[in-house]
Formats: sequence, C-alpha cells, structure tokens
Amino acid sequence: MTDPAVVLDRVSKTYRLYSERNDSLKAAVMRGTRAKYREFQALQDVSLEIPTGTTYGLVGENGSGKSTLLKCIAKILRPDAGTVTTRGKVAALLELGSGFHPELSGRENVYLNGSILGLSRKELERSFDEIVHFAGIEEFIDQPVKNYSSGMYVRLGFSIAINVDPDVLLVDEVLAVGDAAFQRKCMEKFASFRAAGKTVVIVSHDAGSMRLLCDEVAWLEHGRVVATGAPDDVVHDYLEEGHEDRVQTDDGSRRWGSGEGVVDRVELLDAQGRPTTRVRTGDPMTVRLHWSTKERIERPVFGASIETLDGYYLWAHHSRDGRAVADAIEGSGYCDLVFDRVMLQPGTFDLSASLNAWDCQHVFDYRHRIVRFDVDEVLPRESGGPVALGTRWTLPTTS
Amino acid sequence: MSSLAELRDARELLGNLVQREVRGKYKRSALGQGWSLLNPLAQVVVFTLVFSFFLRIPPDVGTDSGIRSFAAQLLCGLLPWAFFAGAVSGGMSSLLANGNLVKKVYFPREVLPAATVLSLLVSFAVELAVLLAVSLVLGGLGVLPHLVVVPYLVLCLTAFGLGIGLALSVANVYFRDTAQFVGIGLQVWFYLTPVVYSLDYVAQAGLEVLGQPVTTWLGLNPMTRFVEAFRAVFYDHTWPSATDLVAVTLVGAVSLVLGYLVFSRFEGRLAEEL
Repeated sequence: MTDPAVVLDRVSKTYRLYSERNDSLKAAVMRGTRAKYREFQALQDVSLEIPTGTTYGLVGENGSGKSTLLKCIAKILRPDAGTVTTRGKVAALLELGSGFHPELSGRENVYLNGSILGLSRKELERSFDEIVHFAGIEEFIDQPVKNYSSGMYVRLGFSIAINVDPDVLLVDEVLAVGDAAFQRKCMEKFASFRAAGKTVVIVSHDAGSMRLLCDEVAWLEHGRVVATGAPDDVVHDYLEEGHEDRVQTDDGSRRWGSGEGVVDRVELLDAQGRPTTRVRTGDPMTVRLHWSTKERIERPVFGASIETLDGYYLWAHHSRDGRAVADAIEGSGYCDLVFDRVMLQPGTFDLSASLNAWDCQHVFDYRHRIVRFDVDEVLPRESGGPVALGTRWTLPTTS
Repeated sequence: MSSLAELRDARELLGNLVQREVRGKYKRSALGQGWSLLNPLAQVVVFTLVFSFFLRIPPDVGTDSGIRSFAAQLLCGLLPWAFFAGAVSGGMSSLLANGNLVKKVYFPREVLPAATVLSLLVSFAVELAVLLAVSLVLGGLGVLPHLVVVPYLVLCLTAFGLGIGLALSVANVYFRDTAQFVGIGLQVWFYLTPVVYSLDYVAQAGLEVLGQPVTTWLGLNPMTRFVEAFRAVFYDHTWPSATDLVAVTLVGAVSLVLGYLVFSRFEGRLAEEL
C-alpha cells in the first residue's frame, strides 16, 4: 500500500465572526486596536487519511465544515492548528472560471487560468486542443470570454481544471454544470481519472450520489468527524440522522393545498399489517393514507409517488388511474394502496402522498416526502439502479 | 512541494498575470498603450503651465548637458514618481481586486502585488524611452554612457514600490480605508519630493526648519534620492552621486524585505478576510 494522498492531523480552523468589524481605520482607532468578534470553530481536531487512488467523499449538512476542510486541503485556508500533508499536485474545482479576465480571449484565458492552477506553458500547449475540444467551444476560442454564455464559461473553466492532470482532485458540488451531454463527459472524465489511480475528494450533501461515486466516506458534523468508512454504512447512518431531523422540522414548505381535505399521516404496513419503514425487495407492502375532511369532497383522487433521495422521480400512481374513486368522502378514514411486491432495489426512498380533486389539477393537500423507507437486500439481488424488474440470469449455453 | 519548485511555477504565473494586466488594461480603448503616455504628458503640460509660465520658477541648468527646460526637469522627476505611486496604489489594491481568485484557488499570493507592479514596468520603460529622446534632443549624446545605471535605479525603485505595495496590500484587506488614507499620503509625499521643483531651487531660498536647512529634511525622503539620481542621468548627463546610489540600494532592499515580512505575517487569513 502506498502512502496516503492526503493526511490531516488534528486540524482545527476557527473563523472570526465580526460583530463590529474594524475594516475602517477610523473604527479601529475609535474602538481601540481590537475588533470585536466571536470565534466560530469550523473544524475541531479533524484527523483523516485519504488513501491514494480512492474516491473519497465528505458528507455533512450545510455548515458542518466540509467545504472548510476541502479549502484547507487546497491550501486556500490555513488551519489554526494541526497539519495537512498532501502528496503530488492538488487541484481544486471550487468555482469554475474564477480568474478569467472578461476582456481577454478564451485562448489567453486558458493560458492564464492554467498557470494559476499550476500548469507550465509547455504542458498547456500540449493539452490546449484537448481543453478546447472538451469544452466544445472551438469556434469561440478567440472571442473575449465576456461574450461567452454562462454555460460556455463554466465548461471552459471545468475543462482547464480537469486537464491540469492533478494527483489529487478536490471537487465541491460543482458538477451540476452544463447540459446533459457535458455532464456525461464530465462523469467519463472522472471515471478515467479514477481508473488512472488518481485520488478524488468530493464534497456533497447529496448523499445518494456519494454512495455510488465514493470508495470511502467521512461524515462531518459541527466540524468533527462523526464516522468514516464504507459509503453504504456511513451514508446510511448520515441519512438516518438527517431523517429524524427532517420529520421534526417538517414545515409548511413541504406541504401545500387548499385544505378542504387533508392527508393526516401515512403508514406503511408489512404483510402482517404491522407498521414498518423497512421492507425487502419483492415483499408485499401496503401504504395507508389517513385522511380527514372539513367538508364533503366529491370524487376524491388519492395519489402517491416515490422519489430517490437525490430527488429522482421514480414512480407515481393515483386512484383515478387506478379506477378506484369513491363518489364522495366526508369525515375521516383511510385509503390503502397495495403493493403486491415492492420492486425496488436496496436503498432509501421517499414517498409523497396527496389528496386531489377529480380533475387532478386542484390539490387539497400535498405531503411531499411524508414517509421515508428503506428497502433491504434479498439475495440474489439485481445489480444497479433504483428499480428491480424481477429478472433472473441463466447459465451460459454453448451452441 | 518544495518552496523552490513553487517559486519556479510561480514565475510562469507571474509572467502570465503581468501579461493579463498589460493586455487587459487598455483592451478595447482606441489608443491602447498610448494612454499610458498621455497621462504623464498631460501632467507635464499642466505643471509647466502653472509653475514655469504662471509662477516663473526657473529650471536648473543641466550640469554637463546644458539643458535648460522646466518640462524636461519635471519629466525626470515625474516619471519615476508616477511609476512609484502607481506601484504603491496598484500593489495595494491587487489582493482586493483579485479577491475571487484568492478565495478559490491556491497559488503564492505575493504573485498578485508583484504582477501589478511589474506590469507597470512596461509603460515605465516606454516613458523612459521618451525621456531619453527628449534628453538626446535637448542635451546631446552625453546621456548615453550614463544609461548603464538606469536599469539599476529602476530595479531599486521597483523593489521600493513593491515592498510598500506588499505591506499595504494585506493592510488594505484588513482595513478597507487604507486605500483612502494612502491616497492622501501619496499626495503629500508628492509635494515633499522635488518633482515640480529642484533641490537646488529650494537650497537657494535658504529656508530652515528646526535649525536645519529644508534640503536636509527633504534629503531624508527616499523618493528625493531616486528623483535626484534619475535627474543626474537624464538632465545633467552625469553619474548619480554615491550617496544617492547607496541610499536607493538600501531603501530598495530594506523596503522589499520588510514588505515581504509583513506580507507573510498576515497572508494566512487572507482567504477568509476578503
């Protein structure tokens, strides 16, 4: 095993939050030499080893210190205590195209930005065509970048940064750039990057994609490392924790509708009719929508939909399409949606529920992500993606 | 990464940033680099009008050159001063102006003030070439042998300006109105430097402050030394005095070292203070 690519040893970082900032000399003189500030400990005693050749994820809520940690690795911030050791060339994708000079042409900016990122002129000349080709802006390369669309701007920035060919690449949620085609190119580039044995450190709060991308994950909270390890375990724990928080903070923003009738709560029932939030692929499950109304609702339509954690809309079914619409409801009660088999692959999913008018346009109550549930694995399992289609391999036949 | 390798990489970055400043500054203006000449030209016209024509301040006579021109004498002081002042204020605002870069990418931060100062060298060189032409036309070929000392003077002046620029660039991040303060300071400094007048002219007046001739006090101003040295070459066609040469060397070296120390002392928190 080679040496780790990045070693963080008891790293701490404190920010000063100025209540009254002495950013004018007058203020400094009038108030004495010291500015008033509170200290905010962004990182506390963080020790991590990031092995060479891994794709390493840093997950955590906003303000957990993950971006600060990334900036410390990139040497943009200097820790107050502890040491950061990196091996090889480090490149950070923090903000793409920062340092572009708007009046200069794309070509001049490639050289300028490249040298800011630490590339020599020779290296740049070698990879110039590739950079421009990757960004897909061959025709515009001699135009001033201020005439670029924001997409072109970011694409060129990304293209330069990725062609720096670093040993360690730091990525801070910037991958949502460009159109679908460019995104695919980026993902391919990442894949080849990983295949070449380079180290990638990714920061994200989108835990779902981290689970797929990373070999190892560290979970940060309030500037401390809570857990490190295999992405499945760590991300799962992280989401569990987030889940509890989520229910408590469930507010109006996740719920809308005119309110003549509401979905009070949703229960998931297993085969024996017991409430659960955990099923196995292929098991039966019943979703029970408890409703109540303030007035009589004619031909109510109940709806349910499932999303993955990163917000991908997987499936929906409403009772009008299900041909199960009552003439009217009044008072309170429940409505069941039966899954004979839950055809989802192992993972965590969110279920949203709604009560609508017959036209399916008017919403009485929409409960976005009202229940989160886990699907556990049954062996043999299917290999990838969120849905299970119930397929089965046969042994190869020689013809 | 060893700091040596970092320095080598930074040299290239420095070159590119200087290019950016030089090219970006006058991009899309019709006169382009011509503007960098028009500015001192306008100043020469105004000052000559006011001090030579209205106030009748006579120019010195160039020792070996016999030049007798207020405008030429003024130009000898004005060009080094303008370069110095530009270096100080440009270096000072370089970190703030590139705040976005500092917050998002790592590279040796001192490159930013350095690039700003070095980019000014380009127009300074052009201006000095114009001054040389003036000197040749008015005073003959006598200036040529003394030109060898000019690069050294420019080097010392650059070091002096860069040192102050480095220190002020971090100060300006922590105290945003450093810039206003420095603006006033530079104005006062300008008139305490023998640019629009000459030391000889002041000496003739025989004024005394605190029991010392005013010229002694003015001699303590490092910029006086620089202006005198440039004047010796371009106006008098002689060598700068030994005292002036020693003074500019010391001032340049001390300023650069101190400026760098201040910069490295405070650069740690730059990314978060910006």
